[in-house]
Amino acid sequence: MKRLLTSTALIAALAMPAIAQDYTPDPNAQPGGAITITYKDDVATLDPAIGYDWQNWSMIKSIFDGLMDYIPGTTELRPGLAESYEISEDGLTYTFKLRDGVTFHNGREMTAEDVKYSLDRVTDPETQSPGAGFFGAIEGYDAAASGEAEGLSGVKVIDDQTIEITLTRPDATFLHVMALNFASVVPQEAVEAAGGDFGKEPVGTGAFKLGEWTIGQRLVFEKFEDHWREGVPYLDQITFEVGQEPIVALLRLQNGEVDVPGDGIPPAKFVEVMNDPAQAERVVEGGQLHTGYITMNTQMPPFDDVKVRQAVNMAINKDRIIQIINGRAVPANQPLPPSMPGYTENYEGYQYDIEAAKALLAEAGHPDGFETELFVMNTDPNPRIAQAIQQDLKQIGIDASIQSLAQANVIAAGGEKEQAPMIWSGGMAWIADFPDPSNFYGPILGCAGAVPGGWNWSWYCNEELDAMAAEADSMADPEQAEERLGKWSDVYMKVMEDAPWVPVFNEQRYTMKSERMGGDDALYVDPVSIPVNYDYVYVTEQ
Amino acid sequence: MAAYVFRRLIVSVLILLGVSFITFFLLYALPADPVRQIAGRSATAQTVENIRQQLGLDQPLLVQYWRYLTGLVQGDLGRSYLQRTDVGTLIAARLPASLLLMAGAIGCELVLGLTMGVIAALKRGTATDQSLMIASFVGVSAPQFVVGLLLLYVFAVQLGWFPIGGYGTWAHLVLPSLTLGIMGSGWYSRMMRSSMVDVLRADYIRTARAKGLTRRRVILRHALPNAILPVIAMIGIDIGIFMGGIVVVESVFGWPGIGQLAWQAIQRVDIPIIMGVTLVSACAIVLGNLLADLVTPLIDPRIKLR
Repeated sequence: MKRLLTSTALIAALAMPAIAQDYTPDPNAQPGGAITITYKDDVATLDPAIGYDWQNWSMIKSIFDGLMDYIPGTTELRPGLAESYEISEDGLTYTFKLRDGVTFHNGREMTAEDVKYSLDRVTDPETQSPGAGFFGAIEGYDAAASGEAEGLSGVKVIDDQTIEITLTRPDATFLHVMALNFASVVPQEAVEAAGGDFGKEPVGTGAFKLGEWTIGQRLVFEKFEDHWREGVPYLDQITFEVGQEPIVALLRLQNGEVDVPGDGIPPAKFVEVMNDPAQAERVVEGGQLHTGYITMNTQMPPFDDVKVRQAVNMAINKDRIIQIINGRAVPANQPLPPSMPGYTENYEGYQYDIEAAKALLAEAGHPDGFETELFVMNTDPNPRIAQAIQQDLKQIGIDASIQSLAQANVIAAGGEKEQAPMIWSGGMAWIADFPDPSNFYGPILGCAGAVPGGWNWSWYCNEELDAMAAEADSMADPEQAEERLGKWSDVYMKVMEDAPWVPVFNEQRYTMKSERMGGDDALYVDPVSIPVNYDYVYVTEQ
Repeated sequence: MAAYVFRRLIVSVLILLGVSFITFFLLYALPADPVRQIAGRSATAQTVENIRQQLGLDQPLLVQYWRYLTGLVQGDLGRSYLQRTDVGTLIAARLPASLLLMAGAIGCELVLGLTMGVIAALKRGTATDQSLMIASFVGVSAPQFVVGLLLLYVFAVQLGWFPIGGYGTWAHLVLPSLTLGIMGSGWYSRMMRSSMVDVLRADYIRTARAKGLTRRRVILRHALPNAILPVIAMIGIDIGIFMGGIVVVESVFGWPGIGQLAWQAIQRVDIPIIMGVTLVSACAIVLGNLLADLVTPLIDPRIKLR
């Protein structure tokens, strides 16, 4: 496996002047050609303020651009529509200089007014954007989000090419926020012309424009000839065929009718594909910003005792669980996945040790174990994983009954204070919105998430750690990037001492492609564009 | 007749109202909170509350139901929570594909079912009869997703006669219609067989034979038209049965109809879409049954509608 990035890589990117760092185009790449990608589900929307699932995320990335962007195949930031940016001494004011000659698909030139309109739109409560909360650090957010003010007072147009954004607190993740799809720049006239249906008639500045959308059948993306990034994209056309079962997509790929099955290799066929050398060589494996974990409700006895939680950490046989999913993951020992900056390399975690776990449980006053409940989402392989966990717990005397429920019910149970003692996160696990360690803390381990309806299912609230986290995120100066990541590493190590979770595994990604698909392997396991980075892949024969 | 149709239409409306009422309350009894789904996991409590108010989801259920009904009367099926588009548009875009599939399935089940039934009746008591009836039994019992995948594997993957799923040409239509039609053809062959057996015993067939007509002419001109009528009357009811089947078949074959739409919406708990598809299906079932009842007296004058 190719390690996608190391934490040092990100530091380098932040420390360098914005313009210097960029992607070296593949010398073998040839322009032209068309590919076919399949999906089971219809595409929900292509509105960048609304789209928030992994299927439309990468599609929106190809139609729209934001001020910031990532170097293809990596988690390193690079400027997008911004040519350069400056951060003030106090870390509160960001001044973005926009590129010259960027046009929307409708032919109009993009200006700073469009950037302001787009940020105002995404935070407007009328838009009902699931991403509005990401912009909370911008001055005037509260007034805009509650509908009291029109637009964000902290976003100012200086001139056509310059926009200034003022924050209420220094936020080291702000440039990542500006690279989120939610911060994409949209033209006001097209949004208004579409009525409520901008998601079906998107207009952006991206490398591709939407050519055709036949609901329930296909979407066709066409190369945008006037795209501001020279030579991008390589492909003339991408057809997304929807309504195709993953298993059918695989058969069609073998027939040469499909280039990338968007939903991946169906689990039932995984072993067969990987054991066939001809097929396996067309599979690209990579890391994912994902961690699967077991939460223990720290407000409910006996899990309010840290020793009990630590004992459970020692009792789970992670290798066996990974076998259940055909080895499509690596064992985890901390909340952050290995491809996330801030991951602690030399940490060993809780070793699998039944005897030590039993001893610790006895020390906590439960020599004979206890009875509890394990909540789990009811789609394969999660109930099977839950059974493995159940057996592991049995070994140290804990008798867990499995509550196998629909996804929404498990999420609802997790969001109630004393409802679910243990939850296996499979099928609902946290996948990072952007490649920064802070994204794994606030909502799922911080006090802010430990509220009714929240995602902190351990109900773990350590105010000391919250303070540390806030301090780390205020270190916005690129010079402090390394120190900041160190701080985040400390936060997660402290979390592990308190052990509200059992981190179980980090899922790997497997993208299958047709023989004619070209481009660096990293483009096929791009950490921010799933399944592939559409703008940079190419075909070797047309 | 007119009075009968009028009365049936009134009853149909009441049935649809009942369906909408039950579906609405069942869907909203789900623990999934649509507002949280829209708001996303990064939303603050205030954002969640704002959205709830904008969608009117903070109102009592009965008020929400009343609003839904008033919208419905004006042809407004509401807006999808996740796709943020009119449900009516989504259904209208997909309905033609479903209707085409149903037409194909009706064709398949009639051709297969009637042929098998007639042959079985003519060869009554022989091994042919028995094997045909066993085949029809298997057809009725086999789950559609199994039949679909089997047909797909044999005829599309192995033999390459038909495309592997998708939509667009006549060749795409064959396997899904066959899958959907096979179950019905099982019923039809059994009905056709017994109807044909009865007719063959009738006096007028003996008379026809006694007149010295050829066997071929007796069967095709005298027996078949009489035997086929009760079977034809069943087509209306099939429409209802197909409405259930298309959810499975469309998903297996990637057929862009309303069944697939329903399946995707169920997985994403997109309540307005589930609601819309359920109502459209209920309409189809009610209309299909009404059609079946209206056609019956035309076919058999002994039956009177009152």
